[in-house]
Amino acid sequence: MDSASDERADLTFAMGKYEARVPTDRVYSVHHMWLRPVESGLHRVGLTAYSVRLLQDVYFLDWSFEPPREVRRRDEIGEVESSKAVSSLYAPVDGRIVRFNDALMQQPELINLDGYEEGWLLEMETAGELLTPDGYVRLLGEVWDQTQRTLQGQANT
Amino acid sequence: MHVIISQSQGKNPQKRDLEERLAARAMMEPGLDVSLVPHLYDMPADHPGLLHLQNLSGDFVLLSWLYPRASRWILDRQGIRGAEGISELNDPDEETIPPDPSDAVVDRGPVPSRRIYTIDLREPGEADAYFDELCRIRDAASLQMVGLDLSLPARDEVAKPAMAEVSEIKRIEQDAPRRWYPVIDYSRCTNCMECIDFCLFGVYGVDTLDQILVDQQDNCKKGCPACSRVCPENAIVFPGHKTPAIAGADGEVAGLKLDLSKLFGGGGDGDDLETAIAERDRELVADGREAVGASVGLPKRQSGLHQQPADELDDLLDAI
Repeated sequence: MDSASDERADLTFAMGKYEARVPTDRVYSVHHMWLRPVESGLHRVGLTAYSVRLLQDVYFLDWSFEPPREVRRRDEIGEVESSKAVSSLYAPVDGRIVRFNDALMQQPELINLDGYEEGWLLEMETAGELLTPDGYVRLLGEVWDQTQRTLQGQANT
Repeated sequence: MHVIISQSQGKNPQKRDLEERLAARAMMEPGLDVSLVPHLYDMPADHPGLLHLQNLSGDFVLLSWLYPRASRWILDRQGIRGAEGISELNDPDEETIPPDPSDAVVDRGPVPSRRIYTIDLREPGEADAYFDELCRIRDAASLQMVGLDLSLPARDEVAKPAMAEVSEIKRIEQDAPRRWYPVIDYSRCTNCMECIDFCLFGVYGVDTLDQILVDQQDNCKKGCPACSRVCPENAIVFPGHKTPAIAGADGEVAGLKLDLSKLFGGGGDGDDLETAIAERDRELVADGREAVGASVGLPKRQSGLHQQPADELDDLLDAI
């Protein structure tokens, strides 16, 4: 990888022994999606390593509509199913979704294998406010203790 | 015996593959008559797929991407009724006794004696398992006919398809755009009217006997399950909701997956009632109306809502 001098190394957040990577070349939503600018106003969006770790192996992904579509933050846009969990997916921010990543329809496991690059979910136009990588790591620090206790409890049932 | 496969909403290739493999295999099997229809929940009353279901006589098996209880009561709302057939796939470990329709508070009239089996395609998700279960149900049904002393004609009827050529799969493919509306489980409903009091969008109504019904399905607000949260009997099903208890999972949902929707930004905060109020306000505002908060249509019996305190996961997901 190109080591340009203005690129900072990835941040990490320790989920027990698992180090959730938080790349510094993008911004984050409070609901665990990353957004990386690909061209002016257009962001590529995916799930963070933190959320993928909680989901575990993703094997179904489905979208609620055909893009393009205007969305508001927290509008339901699709659903994901993994070995451990099901979840609706929501727009991370106000904007316009222009495409979904078709490759995931056949290979949802890309979310696990390469969630920050090939496993991207969608591309959207947005000017909404988001968290810096440092801000996102701080957020994770605030919620992780409780996450850990709860998931351990769930895993033992 | 009729086998109806109700297809998934999206174009998920794995789901489509399971549907097609099962249909192709069942088609080759004597005594099984296969049709494919769009997603059961999405078909409006005049959809050819529903008309097809309404015209079926005798037992049938409906396989869909829904909890069996959700499928059953969607059919009921469309006037497709019968005794509840018990699939061993739904509940392999224990003997399930279907609720006795005569115990229901809301009088739904006599139930036809034919059996309707509703099976969830998500579990176990293997075409072979569904195929074996279809054969088991077919064989059990023909034995039952023997037991009813209809043996000779019934046996002939059952045996005939073995000689006949393979039947074609009937496909009803007319588009059915996604819908969102409540489905009442009348085996649980007590006609308490809390749903009709709470909902401010004109979804609920009453019939000529003053019994609750979902009158205007399409007045419902997409994604809003608020009335289900205020229902004291958990009798209101939103088959598309991610929370198993709202989507029609039966009783204890042991072994079911975590719902991480709150992690990704879904739902409201707080308990069921607060969540329902927030959901309703959001839809009122989206409609250009005033939010009403807790001032309108609150359940008369809130105690039932607080019997299940939020567990740690709720706290966690609220915090995130």
